[in-house]
Amino acid sequence: MSEKRIRVLVAKPGLDGHDRGAKVIAQALRDGGMEVVYTGLRQTPEQIVSAALQEDVDVVGMSILSGAHGTLFPEVVNLLREKGAGDVLVVGGGIIPEEDIPALKEAGVAEIFGPGTPLANVVNYIKEKLN
Amino acid sequence: MFKQDQLDKIAANKEKWAAKLEATMKKRPERQPEFAVDSGVTINTVYTPLDLADRDYEQDLGLPGEYPFTRGVQPNLYRGRLWTMRQYAGFGSAEETNQRFRYLLEQGQTGLSCAFDLPTQIGYDSDHQLARGEIGKVGVAIDSLADMEILFDQIPLGKVSTSMTINAPAGVLLAMYIACAEKQGFKKSEINGTIQNDVIKEYICRGTYILPPEPSMRLISNIFEFCSKEIPQWNTISISGYHIREAGATAAQEIAFTLADGIAYVDAAIKSGLDVDNFGPRLSFFFNAHLNFLEEVAKFRAARRVWAKIMRERFGAKNPRSWTLRFHTQTAGVSLTAQQPMVNIMRTAFEALSAVLGGTQSLHTNSYDEALALPCDESVMIALRTQQVIGYEIGVCDLVDPLGGSYYIESLTNALEEKCMDYINKIDALGGAVKAIEYMQKEIHNSAYQYQLAIDNKKKTVIGVNSFQMEEKPPEGLLKVDLSVGERQVEKLKKLKAGRDQAKVESLLKAIREAAESEANLIPVFIDAVKEYVTLGEICGVLRDVFGEYKQQIVF
Repeated sequence: MSEKRIRVLVAKPGLDGHDRGAKVIAQALRDGGMEVVYTGLRQTPEQIVSAALQEDVDVVGMSILSGAHGTLFPEVVNLLREKGAGDVLVVGGGIIPEEDIPALKEAGVAEIFGPGTPLANVVNYIKEKLN
Repeated sequence: MFKQDQLDKIAANKEKWAAKLEATMKKRPERQPEFAVDSGVTINTVYTPLDLADRDYEQDLGLPGEYPFTRGVQPNLYRGRLWTMRQYAGFGSAEETNQRFRYLLEQGQTGLSCAFDLPTQIGYDSDHQLARGEIGKVGVAIDSLADMEILFDQIPLGKVSTSMTINAPAGVLLAMYIACAEKQGFKKSEINGTIQNDVIKEYICRGTYILPPEPSMRLISNIFEFCSKEIPQWNTISISGYHIREAGATAAQEIAFTLADGIAYVDAAIKSGLDVDNFGPRLSFFFNAHLNFLEEVAKFRAARRVWAKIMRERFGAKNPRSWTLRFHTQTAGVSLTAQQPMVNIMRTAFEALSAVLGGTQSLHTNSYDEALALPCDESVMIALRTQQVIGYEIGVCDLVDPLGGSYYIESLTNALEEKCMDYINKIDALGGAVKAIEYMQKEIHNSAYQYQLAIDNKKKTVIGVNSFQMEEKPPEGLLKVDLSVGERQVEKLKKLKAGRDQAKVESLLKAIREAAESEANLIPVFIDAVKEYVTLGEICGVLRDVFGEYKQQIVF
């Protein structure tokens, strides 16, 4: 019997247009056997959460390089909880100063992957968390 | 370039040498199975006149300042004047950015380069719902002329040249800049600078688009026309490969996709009734300087040659200034590491040197802390000093095109030209750059993924990331833009809006709507409106309403 495939939404919240990292991660997760949906640019937290519910994902991965992570990551987590999807694993990446990470984790972001993270670390982290 | 009997002798000698090489390689096997540049050109052990046997010096190289400009756009280049040292800066409020600008000018910087925050770049005022969390983060927030007046306070716009990284709303920001300069007492004809104004690459990879391609191309042609008449010194567009490269493209893809975008702009302007030699001399370019030092030098040289041929042969430009590819360069942000950030100073220095040896007209050097945050004063100063060391201390500016004539550099220049033309032909076959956006996105993404895999499997060494790692303390003293900047900006905007004559604002917005719906040039009505403090968001709101918004196709 085949294992259920992990479903991931890769999202770009806010106005930031840097999507190299998001797309590379999305491809790595797909090559790692997951079902991946990529939202494209300029997504509001509401749009991300509605896509997450509609696609019935296990994971939401967000990338921000503009510095808006402190506002937008927690909004997504809160909205997921409000909609009864608080069990969705939320992870993030981008240019995120180390000193901001504790507050993001407190807000419910499970892990932050900074610049230089090998792709396999992200793939393995998600697999371990969900299996 | 060489006589046949000389070439025969070299060929005979090289054959003998090849046997010796083979024997050596048995004893000293090579470090890797193959050597190649990321653009897909194999690198041989050594280069000789044989690699340039079918080339013609006059046709391929010529002298600096002469067609096809392979060796540079100026006969004496840096012997006359060094490149413009232009550090991209902008964050938080107009007051803070004004202070950074003045600091940079005091440190010997010779031109300004302004970064705008994302709401400004996407044509939203700071009080727009989508501006939440983004105000002042990646650049300065400009809602109206009032902000710009503070931004350039005590900076004489008739004397300093300013480059503005603004694309979709470039016409509006240009209008504000003109209004600001006039308020300072300068004439339009005295101002000098650049707007990026390159919307196609926003669709491809940078993301700050607003309108669909057709009205965007019209706005760009409006700017070309307006500037050629009113501000002849202005660089009307900076056709950018920088972001294409940052998004993952190889060197060959960077120049090919950039020049393909350039072709689309020239086509659109000619179609709108302009003469190529009218706007051609004011087109400028913007490239990346990445880590493969010699490949980058060759890339800049190849780009100049390809563009000269395109403008002369494809578009029939007659003015030699239309043939020249003048460019700004920025070192590769993507090559910076968060690990051992001081090492970034070295990376940036080598990248900057490649741009200088490639003949750049202006240069931004990244700061060592930019993989972590916006740069602090100290890191910005070291970045600027890096340029000054190259310009004043190491002797590379005492002659033009010092690497010209290197068998390898010339071979690689030729190979990159060939690769570039293959891509351009492919894009032509797809119907031009606007039609080929998704094709380019796919190519860029594939290259980005390959690059990351090469780092992950250690085919590519990145010091501090996959090799030579060490324990580090968390970095200190990083610059932070706090959320109060946004709150203050929204407050300021509210006051501004309350203090205006609303009927006047409405009539100016109506004039913009009417101009947009007709075939009129939009820049004069933008200028009328910004002078009365009509905001960027209000003007772009009308344009959104008339033309609709661009919807990105998701490609990955």
